[in-house]
Amino acid sequence: MKVLTANRLSDGIAVWYADGGWAETVGHADIAHDKAAEDRLEAIGAAAYANNEVVDVNLIDVTVVDGLVEPVRLREKIRAAGPTIRTDIGKQASPESARAA
Amino acid sequence: MYRYDEFDHDFVKARVAEFSDQVQRRLAGEITEDQFRPLRLMNGVYLQLHAYMLRIAVPYGTLNSRQLRMLGHIARKYDKGYGHFTTRQNIQFNWPALSDIPAILADLASVEMHAIQTSGNCIRNVTADHFAGAAADEVADPRPYAEILRQWSSVHPEFSYLPRKFKIAVTGAERDRAAIQTHDIGLHLKKNAAGELGFAVYVGGGQGRTPMVAKKIRDFLSEADLLSYCTAILRVYNLYGRRDNKFKARIKILVHETGVEEITRQVEAEWQELKDAELKLPEADIQAINAYFAPPALPDRPEGDAAVKQARLDSKSFSEWLDQNVVTHRHPDYAAVTISLKGIGEVPGDATDSQMEAVADIAEKYAFDELRVSHEQNLILPHVARADLKAIYDALVDIGLATANSNLISDIISCPGLDYCALATARSIPVAQEISRRFASLERQREIGELKLKISGCINACGHHHVGHIGILGVEKKGTELYQVTLGGSADENTSVGEIIGRGFSSEEITDAIEQIIETYLGLRLNPDERFIDAYRRVGPAPFKEALYASETKAA
Repeated sequence: MKVLTANRLSDGIAVWYADGGWAETVGHADIAHDKAAEDRLEAIGAAAYANNEVVDVNLIDVTVVDGLVEPVRLREKIRAAGPTIRTDIGKQASPESARAA
Repeated sequence: MYRYDEFDHDFVKARVAEFSDQVQRRLAGEITEDQFRPLRLMNGVYLQLHAYMLRIAVPYGTLNSRQLRMLGHIARKYDKGYGHFTTRQNIQFNWPALSDIPAILADLASVEMHAIQTSGNCIRNVTADHFAGAAADEVADPRPYAEILRQWSSVHPEFSYLPRKFKIAVTGAERDRAAIQTHDIGLHLKKNAAGELGFAVYVGGGQGRTPMVAKKIRDFLSEADLLSYCTAILRVYNLYGRRDNKFKARIKILVHETGVEEITRQVEAEWQELKDAELKLPEADIQAINAYFAPPALPDRPEGDAAVKQARLDSKSFSEWLDQNVVTHRHPDYAAVTISLKGIGEVPGDATDSQMEAVADIAEKYAFDELRVSHEQNLILPHVARADLKAIYDALVDIGLATANSNLISDIISCPGLDYCALATARSIPVAQEISRRFASLERQREIGELKLKISGCINACGHHHVGHIGILGVEKKGTELYQVTLGGSADENTSVGEIIGRGFSSEEITDAIEQIIETYLGLRLNPDERFIDAYRRVGPAPFKEALYASETKAA
């Protein structure tokens, strides 16, 4: 399972592709379950990059826990809910993102 | 300190205008990311895990209160209320929006600061001894030479696209507090037998995946020849440095592969062509730059001895702070103070907006408006009257910056690691925090004595782990963080690269492993004056390996 992630051009904030747009949390990101879906997400990412909406576009591995998407790699967990040493700032300050950590 | 002249002001202002235009064009979609990326990097703007990061140059670590106040203002207005002082005497902000960066750079320019050449394959911020100008043991202030190098290297047309980044450090004392032997060029300012000022020149030091101690290629270079000789080194590097492999592109590899004798011959040959031409520094120019760094007039304050003596009796914690964080000044009535940014369990090198402002106030009131950033990620008040130490201490207590741990095990250098950095492979800050908490007792720390513990979250070694007495390198192995330990590194005048002690440790094991190493040291040292590094050099790795791994060897 993979989802599409990037950083928003204007402020660099980590975002995930969800429901036709870019969400600031990973939980409800659109999941690709097969190669065709991955290709579709990649094409969306390439278009958004070309359209100067986002930068550093990547497909990342995820799992689903209790109905919410969670990244697999530690790096991506921290992007979704980090920095781990400052729980008062960053995305983990919001309850939904905190679960990804 | 150095003040911008009209040319400097115009240059920085023009660069702010140019980059602001580039940012606007990028945000408007008129230029692509591929086009923009090298432009933003030239202006210190990185993209990290969570957001953009802006790295601001603090030339040779010297700041005044107005500048530190501005950094506090930037932290509050454009970031999340804090900044991170780095191992290159710079400061990084972790959360600026790209759209705000033109305004930040304009604010910086108003206090004679910028972010130029804090990234890219160019000559980076020239660093220096953080006690420069104050240290009792220096032959002369190294910062005027660092400033001359800064002016020479700023947008130097020949050296803006080197094979790789290039770092220069300068020290003015035998005791090296600027880690010059870990730099591409290390300069040791000294006097020759005739009493003339000049430099011992070291080349090819560096850390990263191939750590190397710099080699001395000249024992004495006259100060007038500083720029011609550095130009000769850079020319040889620019010509022969490897551009085919990023991992072999630093000058340390060229020096290693070519050999010291041959590199020296090449540099000297190049220098023969340059040394009597326009790069020779006129005495008047050296004096003009020196004048900017004229030390503050330090009136005698002989009441300091009695004041300190009384304050020691009144306050044990002040007395401890004095012993640990205050060092001798060249003027007997004065001292230099280390403001620890390593509170127990805190993030090494981080300071909040209000702390920056309060420290700026202290510097203005008590320290002749002078501040330094140390490569060990602390702040320094280089000139304070001993009579004012108690008042300074009390002011630091009020803002939570009076931790008495300079040069002790909790005075940890740590890179941002995987909590922020896009290059990192493991977290480093949480490891630093846990070790700091484990060794929180000052009594225990002082029993251990001087100990340099340095942590990097990837092999690029921004946390200087190779030259820590104890170094920790975080890597990713099979999806989890693993911490390799090196012992015996040092970044002073006897620079050495630490040796990997054995298999790595998980994040749950690493603090116990460090404690085991410390207990082993305490058990084998000859006396309390034998520092960890001295004991390690005497006994080698065997007792530490035995302590860390013997049980599993037997079990196997």
